[in-house]
Amino acid sequence: MSAPLLKIDGIHKRFGGLHALNDVALSINAGEIYGLIGPNGAGKTTLFNVLTGLYQPDEGSFSFNGKDLFRQKPYVVVESGIARTFQNIRLFANMTALENVMVGQHVRTAAGVFGAVFRGPKAKAEEAAIAARAQELLDYVGIGKRHDELARNLSYGDQRRLEIARALATRPTLLALDEPAAGMNPKETDQLKALMEKIRADGVTILLIEHDVKLMMGLCDRIAVLDYGKKIAEGIPEKVKNDPRVIEAYLGVAPE
Amino acid sequence: MDIFLQQIINGLVVGSIYALIALGYTMVYGIMQLINFAHGEIVMIGAMVTITCINLLIGAGVNLPGPLLLLAGLLMAIPISMLLGFTIERVAYRPLRRAPRLAPLITAIGVSIVLQQVAMLIWGRNYRPFPQILPTTVHDFFGAAVTDLQIAIVILSLVLMAGLFWLIEKTRLGRAMRATAQNPEVAGLMGVNINTVISMTFIIGSSLGAVAGVMVAANYDQAHAYMGFMIGLKAFTAAVLGGIGNIGGAVVGGLLLGIIESLGSGYLGDLTGGFLGSHYKDIFAFVVLIGVLVFRPSGLLGERVAERA
Amino acid sequence: MQSKKQIIAFAALAVVLAILPWAITGGFENGKSWLRAVDFALLYIMLALGLNIVVGFAGLLDLGYIAFYAVGAYSFALLNSPHLAHVLPAWLMNPPLLVMLLIAACVAGVFGVLLGTPTLKLRGDYLAIVTLGFGEIIRIFLNNLDRPVNITNGPQGINNIAKVNIAGYDLGRPIEWFGIVFDTVHLYYYLILAFCCLIIFVTLRLQRSRIGRAWVAIREDEIAANAMGINTRNVKLLAFAMGASFGGVSGALFASFQGFVSPESFVLMESIMVLCMVVLGGMGHIPGVILGAILVSITPEILRDVINPLQSAVFGKRLFDPENLRMLIFGLAMITIMLLRPEGLWPSKRRAREFHEHDEEAKA
Repeated sequence: MSAPLLKIDGIHKRFGGLHALNDVALSINAGEIYGLIGPNGAGKTTLFNVLTGLYQPDEGSFSFNGKDLFRQKPYVVVESGIARTFQNIRLFANMTALENVMVGQHVRTAAGVFGAVFRGPKAKAEEAAIAARAQELLDYVGIGKRHDELARNLSYGDQRRLEIARALATRPTLLALDEPAAGMNPKETDQLKALMEKIRADGVTILLIEHDVKLMMGLCDRIAVLDYGKKIAEGIPEKVKNDPRVIEAYLGVAPE
Repeated sequence: MDIFLQQIINGLVVGSIYALIALGYTMVYGIMQLINFAHGEIVMIGAMVTITCINLLIGAGVNLPGPLLLLAGLLMAIPISMLLGFTIERVAYRPLRRAPRLAPLITAIGVSIVLQQVAMLIWGRNYRPFPQILPTTVHDFFGAAVTDLQIAIVILSLVLMAGLFWLIEKTRLGRAMRATAQNPEVAGLMGVNINTVISMTFIIGSSLGAVAGVMVAANYDQAHAYMGFMIGLKAFTAAVLGGIGNIGGAVVGGLLLGIIESLGSGYLGDLTGGFLGSHYKDIFAFVVLIGVLVFRPSGLLGERVAERA
Repeated sequence: MQSKKQIIAFAALAVVLAILPWAITGGFENGKSWLRAVDFALLYIMLALGLNIVVGFAGLLDLGYIAFYAVGAYSFALLNSPHLAHVLPAWLMNPPLLVMLLIAACVAGVFGVLLGTPTLKLRGDYLAIVTLGFGEIIRIFLNNLDRPVNITNGPQGINNIAKVNIAGYDLGRPIEWFGIVFDTVHLYYYLILAFCCLIIFVTLRLQRSRIGRAWVAIREDEIAANAMGINTRNVKLLAFAMGASFGGVSGALFASFQGFVSPESFVLMESIMVLCMVVLGGMGHIPGVILGAILVSITPEILRDVINPLQSAVFGKRLFDPENLRMLIFGLAMITIMLLRPEGLWPSKRRAREFHEHDEEAKA
């Protein structure tokens, strides 16, 4: 077996007295859809923020694609190939859908002040490529026609899609999605599932937080379960589903 | 040593005035996230009205002891300031509650300009002397000189602050204010009349400002139509220093700023070997502010806002 | 993609701008002082556009912006006046205009970074008060750095600043071309206009670029911008530096045009006025900001001229001090405009749309 794409070990994160992440270890292999579940407040989003550089962990190790990302700045993390979406959608509300995705390409492009002002052939070509690629990604997630709409005016489901398109614009190796199906109806959830499978098929590894257990079971290759900041189970969906500790965490009682 | 003590005392006096004014800024900010730029002008109007009123009474041959004359002046100035604060909020801020964030800041600046100019039209461009009606007894306090006025300023400020704390912690209105500061929408749903709360906040802040204005005028023996600008700026700095939106922070920030400034202007020359003199006094406030905010971005007592992702 | 119509409009505007100074000096009794006011309006446009980068694009509220104007002005003053001529090396004195403006832009830009570095973590109004403090610190230093070593000449300021010299032409003296006499105030009009256009061009280009988008992204949601791989620290510093350098160029031209500088020109009220230009005009929208700068800088001048006749007409005599009345009307106008158009006089279509949706929501 080849080395995992992402590997964290012994990660601790404390907020004052709260031990939000307690000795968490996990590894994600290239090409898989890896699910992260757990009751509310279990530390899923905290772990996400650690993995995407928004939080600096207190202890532990974090390597990705052969690179040490422990306590790295977000832009280094993104540059290394991890992109994310947010649980409570965080788009650039007063920019158009297209511009949102253009911003996503920031880290893969180079034009600075001089390029902007003099707009030489190189800068011009880059700018055109950014716009073209942005449109391509909007088409890819299925909202290509809404490119000129302000992000704030998109429907809820389209905003979720736009966030995914924006994240894809950073050309990630690992796409981390924080509850992408939250608030969606069954039809939208199905479409989302298809989109995630398409993204995976195009070679992007996916890390997914989701409450919709049914969706997770049908979609994920492996699942980890967090409870009170600790990983209490990990494995294929079938195994995790029947793990007594997982049932206890969710139902609050040990099974008979 | 007595110079040191003297500077501390002077700083305490100025600081308690800063604190009173800072409370006005911080209450409004806590509830509306608005820098009420016009608050300094309310302070000025409070001082001006009091002086005019005292002069009128003296002119009319009223023969009362100084403190009573002052009280009469205050009784005139406080309602006027309250009315002014109330009106400003209604006219210049309330219509803009849903507007882009900087719009009310600009109307606040506009109100500030208007009040300054109106004050100039009424009271002229010269300094107005504060009537010599207060006793000028000087007490010796471990080698430092303390006047009755200074004692009165500190005590009155403390009483007013205590009263405000009581109001905010123990009364229905105070609870409504705290709820609105936390989350106006939820407070509204819970039956708090937000408009009343905001109006009351302005009224209370303005009355404190008016008293502070009289203190400034009495302490420096004069008042001027532009006096509100600098004192307001200092007080706002104090509020930010303490953590804006935090009532206790405004008090701590005000007192601290007053003392630091006073010590700074007293010792700056010695400390820097004469390179920087007391004319750098005004810099002090800002340098301290920047220093504090670099290490505690939400002020001394401000809540640490954890970055939420 | 420029249509014919746009080109014609552009050409017409160019012609109007070219003959404007002659229309003013020829058409009014005290035309030269009016043209002076127009020259100042152009300087303010540059300032407002610089501040617009910081406030309008990047969303960082800066209340001490005038400090950069001051830095530019003093840079020019020190290198182009006799004040320090005996101390500074001769090769540094009286540099050519473009070099001088580059120096002013760079020095101001460095100050912008100096201000930005410690304040990056601050948000919203904390940033506002710190920038305000920074502006005051600069002014107080300018006011007091006449001892123990006399650098700024204190409150008196620096006098005898040389006029700009371009290709052997001294802009301080009237020049005759084709039988037309160009006075200093005319010459400076064209000079300042040229740089003003340059700054407008740079701003337009920046707005529609990778950097401009990154600024707006930070304004909209800093955490999301971070998560998209934008190095928010550097991009914010860049906004401060760019904004400051515009202020520096404007300040340098101001020093040369005015011939003297003193700390009095850089008080907090000036920072506030520049902010008013940006917000009244329409934050983030370049034509709006230009309009705001023109209105805020010219209106008080117009009021200065009409206030006394107006008073006589209304009251039959001079009832109030004209200076107070002028500022009073100005303040009232500011309040009124904001109440009627909170998004500014000339917002971008997008912003106007955004705000009026709010209206609908409020009604619903």
